Amino acid sequence: MSRKQKEILQNILFYGLLVVICFYLLFPFYWAIVSSFKSSSDIFAVPVQYFPTNPTIEPYQKVYANGDFMKGLLNSTIVSFSVTALSLSIGAFAAYALGRLPFRGKNTILYTILAMTMFPSIAIVGSLFTFIRNPCVIVALDCSEQLPLFNTKLALVLTYLIFTLPFTTWVLTNFFKSLPSELEQAAMVDGATPFQTFYMILLPLTMPALITTGLLAFILAWNEFLFAMTFTLDFQARTVQPAIAFFSGQDAREIPWNTIMAASVIVTVPLIVMVLFFQRRIVDGLTAGAVKG
Amino acid sequence: MAAPKSQLGKQQEQLAWMLLAPTILIMLIVAAWPLYKAVSISFTNERLGKPGQSEYVGLENYTKILLPKFDDDGSISRKSNGDIRWGDDDWWDSVSNTLWLTFISVILETVLGLGIALVLHSKFKGRGFLRTAVLVPWAVPTVVSARMWAWMYNDVFGVYNDMLLRLGVIDSPIAWLANKQTALAAIIAMEVWKTTPFMALLLLAGLQIIPGDIYEAADIDGASKIQQFFSITLPLVRPAIFVALIFRTLDALRIFDAIKVMTNGGSGTETMATLAYKNLFDFQKLGYGSAMSVVIFFIITIFVVSYVTTFDIQETA
Repeated sequence: MSRKQKEILQNILFYGLLVVICFYLLFPFYWAIVSSFKSSSDIFAVPVQYFPTNPTIEPYQKVYANGDFMKGLLNSTIVSFSVTALSLSIGAFAAYALGRLPFRGKNTILYTILAMTMFPSIAIVGSLFTFIRNPCVIVALDCSEQLPLFNTKLALVLTYLIFTLPFTTWVLTNFFKSLPSELEQAAMVDGATPFQTFYMILLPLTMPALITTGLLAFILAWNEFLFAMTFTLDFQARTVQPAIAFFSGQDAREIPWNTIMAASVIVTVPLIVMVLFFQRRIVDGLTAGAVKG
Repeated sequence: MAAPKSQLGKQQEQLAWMLLAPTILIMLIVAAWPLYKAVSISFTNERLGKPGQSEYVGLENYTKILLPKFDDDGSISRKSNGDIRWGDDDWWDSVSNTLWLTFISVILETVLGLGIALVLHSKFKGRGFLRTAVLVPWAVPTVVSARMWAWMYNDVFGVYNDMLLRLGVIDSPIAWLANKQTALAAIIAMEVWKTTPFMALLLLAGLQIIPGDIYEAADIDGASKIQQFFSITLPLVRPAIFVALIFRTLDALRIFDAIKVMTNGGSGTETMATLAYKNLFDFQKLGYGSAMSVVIFFIITIFVVSYVTTFDIQETA
């Protein structure tokens, strides 16, 4: 075999491998989309139709008509945006202190925050439930009537901070560390206070990092299921993840898979769009959260 | 670091604590207090919805979860086949399921992830497309992918059965998620699909920091690609693999969403987290469930500590 032939063969094998990888990665989502455009009879056709023969938007109309699901979508949006905004603003302050300011006990706090990014929610969901039901249990009082947290969006925003806040703080701390120290020195020479330095010099520089971290915090909150299911009772506060998980039809024997897949696609599309637009940032943020010191 | 004594140093230290205060306060309320509370509830027989009506039971919950049953004569109770009878057989089943799931899925993810990372690291037409495609499984929420896969696993109308029947791999459809022999494997397959991208991206980041001239030198010395992989790539990407491994292990040990949605712990797929949740909320045994939660917390903590200390070593190195 000549060198040229060998090269061609290698190329064929390589692109064959690429096709296999892409098929593996994308087929399940392709299948959800195909299923979401099938009518209620086509979805249960045997043998399976790999391409929809009569595509229909009927499942999407059913999702749109499902009031609970639409409320869930709205709740998810409100909760995820609030959590992201809160954890970015609170986390940025903490990250500035950890990344730029000298003070005693810094390492202890830094490692606690790193450990907190891996906190198992299941370990506290029970005791947190007692807190959500009666916030004053912390000081051994009963204010479940005066301060109802159960089945509110506030309960979710508050508890989601457990995983979003350590994450944003950690990633932003690393970002602040990476900025050159000449910046502050110059500001100090010009007579700026430490707070002015933070607010007027460093914060504007941090915008790209804030966007990356914000995207990931948003995704974390959007995808949360355990707390959303436990701390809510109905769609006054319930988000879209439990809505998808417990989505079922009128008839318990026949699960409306096409409608469920339509709902699944609706919930996933915003995330896919985000990923397409901010691919680089998301990859940077993911690896910064895990690998970089 | 020596504590700064200057006026500026004091000002900075004060500012630091002011900026940290909101984060610390929130973490105390939503993490530290619940953890303390979980531990204290775990020593009681409190039931959900009946606060204040519980008794202190000491270590009873823990001994029931963790220790074997004893017969009246003080010897360890055994089943007719000689197996030890545990205080809570479900717990040890769930531990074994969780460990198997973690072990198998993390190994598969690492191998597949490294493969995809190596492909992404080479130059070819369509690399941008693959980069984006890799992020798709990661971007699909766990609950959604669990339902997607449950639909694909459907015994009568599922696409996997159809494919395998057409390929002649199986003779009759399999109820993947209802079958004890296949349910855990089916969930592992979903997990691997969902999390391989994360692994691939972390490992790609590790590959990208290897300087290219090492490979050029190896080429000049006449080392084959396979030799280069084992003697250059693998040793240099090892720290990245290690961090990714621990990260994924932690995630897999906590697995809850996928199980809850796909089988609710049925057909031999109960994990530590789903069992604790069942005890807490379905059986309303807040005390007993909390004891399980605390045990899970300790298991996870062991892994977190090993992760954080590795991090330390890496930083100082």
